[in-house]
Amino acid sequence: MSKQFLMGNEAIALGAIRAGVGFVSGYPGTPSTEILETVAKNNPGDIYVEWSTNEKSAMETAAGASYAGARSLVTMKQVGLNVAADPLMSLAYIGVKGGMVIVAADDPGPISSQTEQDTRHFAQFSKLPVFDPSSPEEAYEMICDAFDYSEKYGTPVLFRPTTRVCHGCASIEVSEERKKVAPEGFAKDSRWVIFPRLTYQNHLKVEARQPVLGEDFSSYRFNRLTGTGKKGIATGGISYAYTCETLNGSENCKLLKIATAHPFPEKLALEFLSGLDEVLVIEELDPVIEKELTYLCGKHHLNVKINGKLTGHVANAGENTVESVTAAVDSFLGRAAGTEPSKELPALPVRPPVLCAGCPHRASFYAVKQAMKGKKAVFSGDIGCYTLGNAAPLDMVDTCLCMGAGITVAQGLHRIQPDAVNFAFIGDSTFFHTGIPGVINAVYNETDIVLIVLDNSTTAMTGHQPHPGTGRTMMGEISEKISIYNVLTALGVSHVSRANPLNLEEAVSAVKSAVEAGGVSAVIFESPCIAVTKPQPLYQVNAKKCTRCKKCIRELGCPAVVLEDGAVKIEPSLCYGCSVCAQVCPFGAIERSEN
Amino acid sequence: MTNCLLAGVGGQGTVLASKLIAQSAMNRGLNARTAETIGMAQRGGCVVSHVRIGNEIHSPLIPQHKADLIIGFEPAEAVRCLPYLKENGAVIASIKAVKPITAALTGSGYSGEEMTVFLKENVKNLYLVDAEAICNQLGSAKVLNVVLLGAAAGAGLLELTLEELKKTICEKLPERFIELNCHALSEGAAAVRKG
Ligand code: SF4
Ligand code: SF4
Repeated sequence: MSKQFLMGNEAIALGAIRAGVGFVSGYPGTPSTEILETVAKNNPGDIYVEWSTNEKSAMETAAGASYAGARSLVTMKQVGLNVAADPLMSLAYIGVKGGMVIVAADDPGPISSQTEQDTRHFAQFSKLPVFDPSSPEEAYEMICDAFDYSEKYGTPVLFRPTTRVCHGCASIEVSEERKKVAPEGFAKDSRWVIFPRLTYQNHLKVEARQPVLGEDFSSYRFNRLTGTGKKGIATGGISYAYTCETLNGSENCKLLKIATAHPFPEKLALEFLSGLDEVLVIEELDPVIEKELTYLCGKHHLNVKINGKLTGHVANAGENTVESVTAAVDSFLGRAAGTEPSKELPALPVRPPVLCAGCPHRASFYAVKQAMKGKKAVFSGDIGCYTLGNAAPLDMVDTCLCMGAGITVAQGLHRIQPDAVNFAFIGDSTFFHTGIPGVINAVYNETDIVLIVLDNSTTAMTGHQPHPGTGRTMMGEISEKISIYNVLTALGVSHVSRANPLNLEEAVSAVKSAVEAGGVSAVIFESPCIAVTKPQPLYQVNAKKCTRCKKCIRELGCPAVVLEDGAVKIEPSLCYGCSVCAQVCPFGAIERSEN
Repeated sequence: MTNCLLAGVGGQGTVLASKLIAQSAMNRGLNARTAETIGMAQRGGCVVSHVRIGNEIHSPLIPQHKADLIIGFEPAEAVRCLPYLKENGAVIASIKAVKPITAALTGSGYSGEEMTVFLKENVKNLYLVDAEAICNQLGSAKVLNVVLLGAAAGAGLLELTLEELKKTICEKLPERFIELNCHALSEGAAAVRKG
């Protein structure tokens, strides 16, 4: 045993290694990414780890490993589970042999996501058990339990940490021991082939299992009932930590902590409800525990008032905080609210996230904008760093929906409004994730779009993971690079060109020819993310030549170009030397700096 | 229990600084808990790291009015976090403003000075550091985080000694960055004593 300072995601990874995991797959997505990376970093050598092309592939490869008897782990963010919903739902009927844990990290807030969906609903929908850790140290222990339950019941299980658990760090006792798992290999059996008849039979089994699991969970070590009184608070996940913080061990009430919202531990919950007048439920995202308790009260004719999101006592969107939980608990328990007034703050600068200084995406967006000046065009975006192309002054993202949707949304737009040129921007990793079927759709249905692939040779948003186009795998091995150019050509895209976005003239003319070509055409802008290249000589503004027209600021929006007492200046600590501002300046006032 | 908030702009290295504090506290046998901003905000947005040291901590987020110390990597970000500061808590801040593009675009002319003035008027226990000058002198803008840590420790605000931080740097950073960061630490400490 040794004590380590670990991030929740690292704890989940080390916990899985300790539990004898043999196969790990996933697709990067905040806040889940570091789990798989940590397994790879601490790989004792016999664990297979891969970044899959998307979450569906990740879940299916892991299912295969588990059919063959290995313990498998799949990681993704909550919206990734939507992509993997198809295998998930069927797998719930088929079951597994080796333990299989699906980590889907939820993101209340949301801090870095398109939705505030609650994976606990997915557990109810698929009828799979779900584990909901309340701290990194608990996550470390709980992931091992999740594997055990998975094998005990022969079913995949869901594990849903939230951002504050994933990205919180804590001091954790780490065990050096590792469970030995020797997979037997795949045994041929009709149980692995889903057919309507088998589905019906397995459905009966799944339904029969639900109450058994609920009963089992009533004595699960991380579901806990403490305290006494006529009032009770029910909570789970990180909200449990906020509740403890505000109660500070001093309050006269019952406290129910739910770590497994599905199947609901009814027996334990009934024990909690007995003798209570009123309950406050504090949870993040949807009122899952709240509805279960309300249902239980109805089923058992209990006269207990349940307060929470459904009654307006707790906010039903956004993340909880110690402050919001304290306010809800104060009014529930009739405690005097703390009255420390906060001083009024002066007007603070607004800081929306932006593309980094020197980011090649800025140049690509700028080139397309220049090429389409005065023409009717709609720019559909996608998920990645380049979503930030929506910010002023670029303003080049008109739609953004979900992974891969830019290409297909552009087609729908074009069918209804054919006089506009419809552009679809997509990053390299997203192209492989779910972009390709959309391209096929356009070629097959002959819908004219201009595809702009922003190829920066990495998965930048989530911290630079390799993907099929990088020629490197998570195991560090060199693999054949899949060429986006060849893929597009093979799919029948009529006009495909490559251009360096940092050369504005070349980039603008590439876009113009793609638009003129008509049909489904594509430009691949190739320039590596600044985080994977070396800075070039920097640029500076020659004050003698600068007319202060501010075209560079008005049109480009590079964070390194700043105004100081009315003068335009380049901040040397931020500049990456991409040279694009120098190409934009009409007076040649931006020059390479000598040192 | 000590609560320390590190506030800055994405890319300034608050995450590493909070790790160094927490790890140093652990080396002393204390428990630590942190919460980080990771994701989209790391691209130039506001980022905050919460560091809590002690044995009976539940929430990874510091409640408002409970921070003993705010380390501002940027003056406006220090101001933004003031609601977290407890009465008589300390603030240490770099005086160099990071100007968002929105300021350049609207010509609002945010210079950072209005923020340092506000801090001076409202925080009794305040330390301002010209961290940029030190970074320039060391030839790297990347060590801003460690310069500020050095300043905080040098001013006696961290309950950790410079030696303890140095030891953690040597343990946790890649070999090639150790010397530069140890320098940054002592330069930060020296600057704050003078100021
Ligand atoms: S060269 Fe110009 S556009 Fe490129 S990073 Fe430097 S300041 Fe920004
Ligand atoms: S575009 Fe050139 S002349 Fe105009 S403000 Fe920028 S550097 Fe000065």
